[in-house]
Amino acid sequence: MKSPQALQTTPAPDSAVVRGPDEVEVRLRVNGEIRRLSIEPRVSLLDALRDRLDLHGTKKGCNQGACGACTVWVDRRRVLACLTLAISCENREITTIEGLADGDVLHPMQEAFLDADAFQCGYCTPGQIMSAVALLAEGHAGDDEIKEWMSGNLCRCAAYPHIRAAIRRVRDEQGGDRAAH
Amino acid sequence: MRPISYSRVSDVSTAIGTVAADPGSAFLAGGTTQVDLLRIYVEQPRRLVDINDLPLKQVEELPGGGLRLGGLARMSDVAEHPTVRQRYPMVSESLLLGASPQLRHMASVAGNLMQRVRCTYFRDTEAACNKRAPGTGCSAMDGVNRGHAVLGTSDCCIATHPSDLGVALMALDAVVRTEGPAGQRSIPIDDFYLLPGTTPEREHPLTHGELVTGIDLPPLPVAARSRYIKIRDRESYEFALVAVAIAMSVVDGRIAEIRLALGGLATKPWRARAAERVLDGAPATADSFTRAAEAELAGAVPHGMNAFKIELGKRTIVRALTETAQREESA
Ligand SMILES: Cc1cc2nc3c(=O)[nH]c(=O)nc-3n(C[C@H](O)[C@H](O)[C@H](O)COP(=O)(O)OP(=O)(O)OC[C@H]3O[C@@H](n4cnc5c(N)ncnc54)[C@H](O)[C@@H]3O)c2cc1C
Ligand code: SF4
Ligand code: FES
Ligand code: FES
Repeated sequence: MKSPQALQTTPAPDSAVVRGPDEVEVRLRVNGEIRRLSIEPRVSLLDALRDRLDLHGTKKGCNQGACGACTVWVDRRRVLACLTLAISCENREITTIEGLADGDVLHPMQEAFLDADAFQCGYCTPGQIMSAVALLAEGHAGDDEIKEWMSGNLCRCAAYPHIRAAIRRVRDEQGGDRAAH
Repeated sequence: MRPISYSRVSDVSTAIGTVAADPGSAFLAGGTTQVDLLRIYVEQPRRLVDINDLPLKQVEELPGGGLRLGGLARMSDVAEHPTVRQRYPMVSESLLLGASPQLRHMASVAGNLMQRVRCTYFRDTEAACNKRAPGTGCSAMDGVNRGHAVLGTSDCCIATHPSDLGVALMALDAVVRTEGPAGQRSIPIDDFYLLPGTTPEREHPLTHGELVTGIDLPPLPVAARSRYIKIRDRESYEFALVAVAIAMSVVDGRIAEIRLALGGLATKPWRARAAERVLDGAPATADSFTRAAEAELAGAVPHGMNAFKIELGKRTIVRALTETAQREESA
């Protein structure tokens, strides 16, 4: 996963330049790897990840900011890929659910979701996990806070109690509010 | 979503010049309104000018005790800023009770003020809507209007302004700072939002290419004990049915200072001046609170499904006043 390319930085796009509306070359750093793709500026980060980069872990629920299924990190902050233009993420660091595990070793949050049975259909799960790991890093993981600070991720199967249990477990294992990304 | 071209700018004058020179262009900040409305063909810019690299993200002290929020400061960063929390808790709370953690990381405070209404007919390009397509009529008048406004409405539009932050800013008499082709301006928040009247498509006095560079919060000691109360259909990740921003001081049982603004009820973030007039100097009693709520909602106009908001609005005002008075007494 960690190719030597990952160490290069992308030069800042020239401010005066108009790019598009036809396809333009865009370089994205996804899960530590530089990926080159040719896309129109209107393409969302979500569609770029799923349709161009074959990273299908990030899910499309509502495509309008209302469900959280598309949650990824940009510069380590959890955001919604459906309302983000891919081209606006040049020079930023994108992390998806595929980038969470360390090789074959799952992230503790992924393990906890399995152990706690924190999903049914699984459609919301990648977004829930990306949000949950970020939540611990943000420091809003008190028992009475998790509900509010996970409210940006809906679950049609209503696996909420188990999702919260998984988050509490990782929080307690890691000793407090902070978790390593 | 129709094709767009894209530019990314890193200084304010290029941003303004680029948008001002091209009528088909628009600023792109967090994109949480812009990309959403582009996708459903409600906004139709041909070009987006990405302003996220502009150096407008800081929260700064102003001489005299006020605070300046950079226009591109993120909702989450402003909400968690220690000085904002200490001096203007209603600002922090209005942000934290809005949208979701993900959206708050993306969205800028300037974009929050500029967000468009959530009226379902505005968002549906098949429907008649005076705001989106002037002169076509208003589908909400006799339609599904449970979330719509009862104050500040006109025969042309009854859409509720959705910003929570705007409500806190109204209570504080904040000032919106802009820079455009004609130079810099300071616009009092009350003038920054226009009532729909006969031109609901016009929501702000800004010219094309005018950039919101910041928001100034004036010094207001009573705001250190302010609050934002939001009533909604679900407890989180939802727009307001009614919201109240309140700051009040009580001296010897009388209201010495009162700031009251309402969300969810009106076509713009609404300063409750009628209520404030009743409360100013009045005894901090249930009777004063009820009279204030009645006075503010006296001019409310229901449109069928949203009639319940009038009573809900009154009750929420009374609750906000009652709870704040109790806190003031025990302080
Ligand atoms: C599901 C959902 C729930 C939400 N819930 C709430 C809620 O409960 N409460 C609430 O208050 N909001 C809520 N919002 C709205 C959200 O807060 C706004 O969409 C957001 O604040 C807009 O900021 P942005 O930076 O993303 O703006 P953008 O989407 O980038 O821009 C919005 C508009 O402002 C213009 N613009 C942006 N920056 C500037 C500037 N500096 N100067 C001049 N013009 C500018 C753009 O051209 C565009 O027209 C919700 C949104 C969604 C999608
Ligand atoms: S209420 Fe306003 S936004 Fe909604 S349909 Fe009527 S004119 Fe359009
Ligand atoms: S798909 Fe992005 S929030 Fe629903
Ligand atoms: S597990 Fe099915 S939507 Fe959450």
